[in-house]
Amino acid sequence: MFDNLSEKLQRVFRNLRGEGKLSAENMEAALREIRLALLEADVNFRVVKQLIENIKQKAMGEEVLAALSPSQQVIKIVHEELIKILGSHESKLRFANEPPSVFLIVGLQGSGKTTSTGKLARWLSKNGHRPLVVSVDVYRPAAREQLKVIARDIGQPIFEGEPGEAQPLELAKGARRESAQSGRDVLLVDTAGRLHIDDQLMTELQQLKEQLNPVEILFVADAMTGQDAVKSADEFHKRLGITGVILTKMDGDARGGAALSIRNVTGQPLKFVGVGEKFDALEPFHPDRAANRILGMGDILSFIEKAEEAIDKKKAVEMQRKLIENEFTLEDFRDQLRQIRKLGPLGSLLDMMPKVGMLKDLKDVKIEEKEINRVVAIIDSMTPRERDNHMIINGSRRRRIAKGSGTSVQDVNQLLKQYAQAKKMMKTFSGGILGKKFGKMKLPAGFPFGEMRG
Amino acid sequence: MIQTLFGSVEQEPSLLEKLKSGVQKTRAGLVNALEDALQGKKQIDADLLEELEFTLISSDMGVRTTEEILQRIHQRVERHQLNDAAELKGLIREQLLEILQASERAPARVAEPPAVVLVVGVNGSGKTTTIGKLANRFKNEQRTVLLCAADTFRAAAIEQLEIWGKRAGARVVRQTSGSDPSAVIFDALQAARADKVDYVIVDTAGRLQTKENLMAELQKMSRTAKKVIADAPHEVLLVLDATTGQNGLEQARKFTESSGVTGIVLTKLDGTAKGGIVVAIARELNLPIRYIGVGEKADDLLPFDAEAFIESLFEK
Ligand SMILES: Nc1nc2c(ncn2[C@@H]2O[C@H](COP(=O)(O)OP(=O)(O)OP(=O)(O)O)[C@@H](O)[C@H]2O)c(=O)[nH]1
Ligand SMILES: Nc1nc2c(ncn2[C@@H]2O[C@H](COP(=O)(O)OP(=O)(O)OP(=O)(O)O)[C@@H](O)[C@H]2O)c(=O)[nH]1
Ligand SMILES: [Mg+2]
Ligand SMILES: [Mg+2]
Repeated sequence: MFDNLSEKLQRVFRNLRGEGKLSAENMEAALREIRLALLEADVNFRVVKQLIENIKQKAMGEEVLAALSPSQQVIKIVHEELIKILGSHESKLRFANEPPSVFLIVGLQGSGKTTSTGKLARWLSKNGHRPLVVSVDVYRPAAREQLKVIARDIGQPIFEGEPGEAQPLELAKGARRESAQSGRDVLLVDTAGRLHIDDQLMTELQQLKEQLNPVEILFVADAMTGQDAVKSADEFHKRLGITGVILTKMDGDARGGAALSIRNVTGQPLKFVGVGEKFDALEPFHPDRAANRILGMGDILSFIEKAEEAIDKKKAVEMQRKLIENEFTLEDFRDQLRQIRKLGPLGSLLDMMPKVGMLKDLKDVKIEEKEINRVVAIIDSMTPRERDNHMIINGSRRRRIAKGSGTSVQDVNQLLKQYAQAKKMMKTFSGGILGKKFGKMKLPAGFPFGEMRG
Repeated sequence: MIQTLFGSVEQEPSLLEKLKSGVQKTRAGLVNALEDALQGKKQIDADLLEELEFTLISSDMGVRTTEEILQRIHQRVERHQLNDAAELKGLIREQLLEILQASERAPARVAEPPAVVLVVGVNGSGKTTTIGKLANRFKNEQRTVLLCAADTFRAAAIEQLEIWGKRAGARVVRQTSGSDPSAVIFDALQAARADKVDYVIVDTAGRLQTKENLMAELQKMSRTAKKVIADAPHEVLLVLDATTGQNGLEQARKFTESSGVTGIVLTKLDGTAKGGIVVAIARELNLPIRYIGVGEKADDLLPFDAEAFIESLFEK
């Protein structure tokens, strides 16, 4: 597998720390990596070009922050730009004032229209609606039969129409009548797959639209689509004015860059993603998740944001100075541990990290919260003078501290040893990199103030 | 009787013509873009190379393949072997051809019929339709065909295949929806042997290559086939949608690993998608492309021929 973008960016930025600002020179290699990542994810190349331009504009001249590594900073910008296109929140379905609300389901051959129609019907019925489905695919062998089987599976009614009916418009008309008569509030119309350049069949869709006056025209697109996604989506939109997109087959490992392309070219929101062949495998579209996926990352952004919030930047800078000058006291140590604790349950933080590449490095890095709590308790039980200078902590002081913190003298000894080791190590890495190993208590490399992995 | 799977290409008089019209969109797309890129440029400079890069990438060829091709051009420019922008087209064409030809391979020889063709691929790529077209094709070559409905999962998949079987006049062996696909294969191969048919084409349910249990199911199907016919399946066709982007490479990789793909069918080339991912697949996995799908009708399947394909890509 390819390295994920954040790993690549880290390599690119390895030497950037301390350079102060992101500049045209030090960004060049990074932009190249970003471009490659987006193209590998099937984002349309024109969209990529525009994105790269925007990212460059935004990143240029930014201060290299203390709390974030340059790669994190850049990823954050990239992510923000992706969200700008994808939309910032999940979008809802619209319904007509007068029932039935007609949803027209359209798209290329094999994209997942019929399956999505079934999923939507199920979803609607779970959300208090009374859907009716109809297939107007009079072309593909057993297409109408397929929807019939699906309707039976999900226990929702279907308008079957005459078996030999060859007119999509007739079937649609019949279904509409039926939904009015039987008090169905949403009519889902599954259409035949067609190419955007098939003028005759595109005209047929326009006629269906005219006749049915749908409140939603949902374009069903395959997440594995490549560069061509813009062309088909654009043409469907021009002809029909689509109102939303369903991105299917997201249960695979396609990065789904088509989402970005389609959204960019049509301006219409992605409403759902299909994540399986079963009829409950439909989820609302989360722009945030989609952006992470396109970048090949886990939920790293939430991680970065949390880290950013939690770590007071001024404090971080001061801490770095102290580290460099070897003035790092037990008090500072406790502060750092509290920062880590503020980030929330450490396990869940690790879960937020990208699954690809990253976790395999972190696998053996376990941060034990209990351990942190104990260490903090021990330091809490010290006097300010002791915290300032650990050298004065003799045997009787150790006993007192152990008692005060509900730990053993051994624990106190161990902490002091770790602290002394860490101090020595920090002196070695005076750039502010907290070692990967910290005695028994292991921290991710550099966390919280060094280069965070990822 | 010794027979070759898929017959031979030369037998078709109007092949080139059909191929040309079939890939017209592709040609129009790639060649026009290339020509746009070359328009009015005599000098080969960084701008031109960038435009070319975009052109190739927009065919879904992928960044790596594109870079490799451009790298070579770059080298030649550096060595002053190539100065004229007009030569670029020829060079690119040459390289595409080289990649595609390197993966060409003669179809399997089958000592004794039936020849068993297993058709696999991700959901909705066009497997069942391709099988219908193949059956039609073999029938036209005066061969007997039996279809095996081993997609027992998707709603009305069996009915869909039955309609294609009827169209081609091929018998369809099926069981009820939800039954074990391996059991259907077992039945089908025994029937094929008893009936002495020339070809058995097995339709399988679409599956994403990341689903390990479903990939294992394909392996089980192959094993079952071997119980009836020792060297079956003789050919395993991966059906790939031409609109597929970079994921196509993973598809080819994983399906090859799990079910020993021997060739590719590239469908939906009648759209505007260029199917460039097959170049990347040919390059990285050395898989030959056997057929292209250019429509939804029974005769919309053409044998793939690298030379003719590239030829038609670049012809006016
Ligand atoms: N894994 C997975 N498969 C899906 C998803 N959505 C649809 N499929 C599968 O994709 C294939 C095609 O789905 P259909 O619903 O028949 O597609 P369609 O767009 O109606 O196809 P045509 O009517 O022939 O154009 C089927 O095998 C479905 O089971 C999804 O979200 N995930
Ligand atoms: N335009 C065009 N459409 C095609 C071509 N091949 C298949 N199709 C269409 O693509 C859709 C999916 O085809 P199927 O044969 O059902 O695909 P499949 O791979 O069997 O699908 P599953 O069994 O659900 O995974 C259908 O609407 C076909 O008519 C082609 O070459 N060109
Ligand atoms: Mg359908
Ligand atoms: Mg099928």
